[in-house]
Amino acid sequence: MLNLRSKGRFKELLLISLCIVMAFTITACSKKERSMVLATTTSTQDSGLLDYLLPIFEKDTGIKVKVLAKGTGEALEVAKRGDADGLLVHAKAQELQFVKDGYGSERLEVMYNDFIVVGPKDDTAKLKEKTPSDAIAAFKLISTSKAVFISRGDKSGTNTKELAIWKSAGIAPNGKWYVSAGKGMGAVLQMASEKKAYTLTDRATYLSMKDKLDLDIVTEKGSGFLNQYAFIRLDDSKNKIKTKEANEFIEWMISTKGQKLIGEFGKDKYGMSLFIPNAKK
Amino acid sequence: MSFYGEVSGVVFLSLFISVTSTIIASMAGMVLAIPIALKDFRIKKYIIRLAETFMSIPPVLMGLVVYLMLSRKGPLGELGILFTPTAMIIAQSLLVFPIVFGLTVSAIGTRGRKIKKNCVALGAGRRDTLILIIKECRVQLLSVAAAGFGRAISEVGAVMMVGGNIRGETRVMTTYIALETGQGNFNKAITIGVILLLVAFMVNFLLHGLSKIDEK
Repeated sequence: MLNLRSKGRFKELLLISLCIVMAFTITACSKKERSMVLATTTSTQDSGLLDYLLPIFEKDTGIKVKVLAKGTGEALEVAKRGDADGLLVHAKAQELQFVKDGYGSERLEVMYNDFIVVGPKDDTAKLKEKTPSDAIAAFKLISTSKAVFISRGDKSGTNTKELAIWKSAGIAPNGKWYVSAGKGMGAVLQMASEKKAYTLTDRATYLSMKDKLDLDIVTEKGSGFLNQYAFIRLDDSKNKIKTKEANEFIEWMISTKGQKLIGEFGKDKYGMSLFIPNAKK
Repeated sequence: MSFYGEVSGVVFLSLFISVTSTIIASMAGMVLAIPIALKDFRIKKYIIRLAETFMSIPPVLMGLVVYLMLSRKGPLGELGILFTPTAMIIAQSLLVFPIVFGLTVSAIGTRGRKIKKNCVALGAGRRDTLILIIKECRVQLLSVAAAGFGRAISEVGAVMMVGGNIRGETRVMTTYIALETGQGNFNKAITIGVILLLVAFMVNFLLHGLSKIDEK
């Protein structure tokens, strides 16, 4: 008797779990909400900007934005393959090439902040003292003093900027002191903090993580530190993408309301805007 | 969204994806493996070697393959399912399948043959033989499924690549831990880590319980 009953229970359990799985699959398929995939950089996610903006946007338009946070280089590749509907990145030269190659029709600047060089609190290479605002001189000093420098090493916007600065400084960085991490901004800041190393970062990600890091700003506010973020309208002739939703998102971000919200983000917590809106109307 | 709301969503999705892929992979893997375990033929050895090789395929490699297949520029791009839970289930099923297949072949082996012999002697048909073997070996088969589930719930590479770690959509426990660690939120990462362990423990406990019921 016991045997029969427990066997029945076993079958029952299996049946119930199968039903649950099927019910989920059905509801998952029948859900018809408006949504889009936004390929963007790790800095917009790690700084918390999108977590702050997207719920408001969803309330306004009913469109759910699914965020794929990658380095700019990878985000551009994802968009090239038609796997994203919108693109928000920060590497101007690569963006212009992307548009020139016919993958996008228009580049729209939306906001900016600036890059900074951060380093260990004791500032072993004395950047704070000798190169408080000159990025190129700071990089030269890092390489001559062989202070450890962590590079994103992932073709992201920040990595592109970093390589451009090395190039302007006339240095081909290699050696034990130059660490190519292949990780997002947050992870690289952590690594720099752990290894007492220098790195180039956008100000927003640094400020949002500052309390967890043993890093100080050593070089900032010089010319050449501008970090411009831009949307790209993607070409929909080759791939089936959700252009309409993507355009609504772009319009909302460059609208007066979107721009105001961007400017306000972070003011209460950090005493300053993490991103400064600058969309052209 | 509150932290708890987000966490429960993440845990739920993790379970849903890994359980579904384990069920799919187990059904396919066992149905194919049992006949092979019972028969001897020339290329059997090679099939088993191949399965064993795929048992240790790095999840990121599987992620890459599935990514390229499902990408809009890929052969299955028309479906538009990259960066959805469906894509994650496909990747995990493919990861778990060789594990279930390989382990089933070795678990059924000798015992299955004995049962088959008896069945043949008693004049049972093929279908009845198969059903009887599954019934008799369900304890072993359940632990095979548990091993497959262990692989699915714990891997991060494939789900990160084909799911994209989209918040509230394709973020599972492992990708959540990777993300929060990168942002320095160790508390959140540890919380999910502990939940992940508890879930694994509970599933194994449950499976063990099921096999106990059967043994009675």
